Amino acid sequence: MILQVEDVTKTFGGLVALSDVTFQVEEGEILGIIGPNGAGKTTLFNAISGVFKIDKGKVTFKGKEITRLPPNQRARLGIARTHQIVKPLNDLTVVENVMVGACFGQGNASLAEARDKAMEVLEFVGLQEKWEVLAGKLNVPEKKRLEMARALASDPHLILLDEVLAGLNPMEVSSMLEVIKAIREKGITILMIEHLMHAIMNVSDRVMALVYGRKVSEGPPQEVANNPQVVEAYLGDPDLALKLFKDKRRRG
Amino acid sequence: MGKGKTLFWLIPLLLVIVAIPGVSGSVTAREGVFLILMYVTLAVSLNIILGYTGYVSFGHIVFYGIGGYVAFYLMIFHGVHLIPAMIAGGIGAALAAFALGEAVLRLRGAFFAIATIGVNEAVKALVNNLNFIGGAEGLFFNFSIYKTYGGAARAIWFSYYTMATVTVVTIVAAYLIKKSKFGLGLMAIREDEDAAIILGVNAKRYKSLAYAASAFFPGMVGAVFFFKAGNIEPHDAFHLMKSIEMIFMVMLGGYGNVTGAVTGALVYERLKGFLLVNPLFKNLHMAISGVILLLIVLFMPQGIIGFIRDKSKKLRELLE
Repeated sequence: MILQVEDVTKTFGGLVALSDVTFQVEEGEILGIIGPNGAGKTTLFNAISGVFKIDKGKVTFKGKEITRLPPNQRARLGIARTHQIVKPLNDLTVVENVMVGACFGQGNASLAEARDKAMEVLEFVGLQEKWEVLAGKLNVPEKKRLEMARALASDPHLILLDEVLAGLNPMEVSSMLEVIKAIREKGITILMIEHLMHAIMNVSDRVMALVYGRKVSEGPPQEVANNPQVVEAYLGDPDLALKLFKDKRRRG
Repeated sequence: MGKGKTLFWLIPLLLVIVAIPGVSGSVTAREGVFLILMYVTLAVSLNIILGYTGYVSFGHIVFYGIGGYVAFYLMIFHGVHLIPAMIAGGIGAALAAFALGEAVLRLRGAFFAIATIGVNEAVKALVNNLNFIGGAEGLFFNFSIYKTYGGAARAIWFSYYTMATVTVVTIVAAYLIKKSKFGLGLMAIREDEDAAIILGVNAKRYKSLAYAASAFFPGMVGAVFFFKAGNIEPHDAFHLMKSIEMIFMVMLGGYGNVTGAVTGALVYERLKGFLLVNPLFKNLHMAISGVILLLIVLFMPQGIIGFIRDKSKKLRELLE
């Protein structure tokens, strides 16, 4: 087990964003996180990467408690992440962006090593031709790849992917899924948030569903998808939803 | 990234400028070049925190004053030679910046800029009231101090070459910082501090170190300047106008860029010289500088050198 999250609670004023969330991630697996908007998925990522302090609970990474570590130290330990709203370093070139990840992340590379590493990773995510371009000039799918490349360049043990597929067209989605699978091949553990159901069901080993900051289901993708609470969270009343679904099938 | 091509023309060019008064022996030329060197050093060092790291240090002149006072104190009361006193001044300024940075650099954007003005004014008020360093009247040399350097005239030439050395060291240091892993971290902070932290940059420590580095060289400049002037007083040492001039030079030339800061300082010195002697503009030079700064921010935010770099890929490696 690489990551253990125990009883994590986070409130913003009166809003309970995460409530006693407990789960574990095994080394080498892909754990998908689903849930409707506002369910606390990104908040969970922020709690793991250390963007803010949690109110209660404990986060353990590779047997070491990291609950109180600042984000840069967590990155050093091998937790990398991408952002749902991309955060490119606009006035630096693409390769420099990736070098930042390689230099300051788990890999702790020197500048020269970082450069080689960056070119290698850029090729891996298919951005090698843009290496000299300023990051601010990339389009959205390219920026998503850049986020991914930066995270990967740090040689992480665990990577948190926050909606890397959102806003991509079907072609781009399938090529991004290839990249994700290839990341797993490298032995990196993946925790991913995704709204695209078919994609996450297809690629994840296990899926966890969050609803209103609570974990409502966890297990094999199909099982979670059929969980009545999950269905209700997405579609309202499950019986009604099932009826509509069947109607549609008959017609379609 | 290039391999230091910028320094190969920038440093020789500077040395030629430095040599002109030396060869001709002209005192007027020496005074002009001294001023240029001072501006260049101040701009290039401010650039470390302003241009690389993206933090506007509005009261940066405070470090020039601190360095000046530390060195002056050592020279006058302990008979220390200019060179060690100057280094002590630089270290004093850097330590002050590091300590301040740990406290003030938590603030971002405008809040940081305003806090640094406050720091400058607070230090000025403090020095005004410290009697052992002369209070509001300041300190002045007994001329016998210059004897160590072979008389007042030679002492001034000595301070001139010292300043030139400081300038060269500052430019090389600023360039090496930019090209280092540390510099990459600073630029990541400038672009997006939160993203930089997530990528593993220890932003808190890096910012304080950058602040200390950008204070070290102004501290030395202050030491040399006040040695040459022969007296130091709070009003001159902590003159907020000089702070604004420093920011102006960096923005004019192109921030984040060593050549840019140097160019900005050169252009500003010429511009100021022209405006000050012109009867039409002599009382308006700050106002005109302000208008120019406004135009730059609006139409050429990357400054003169940044603008050229944008237009020509070939020149990019020569203008870093």
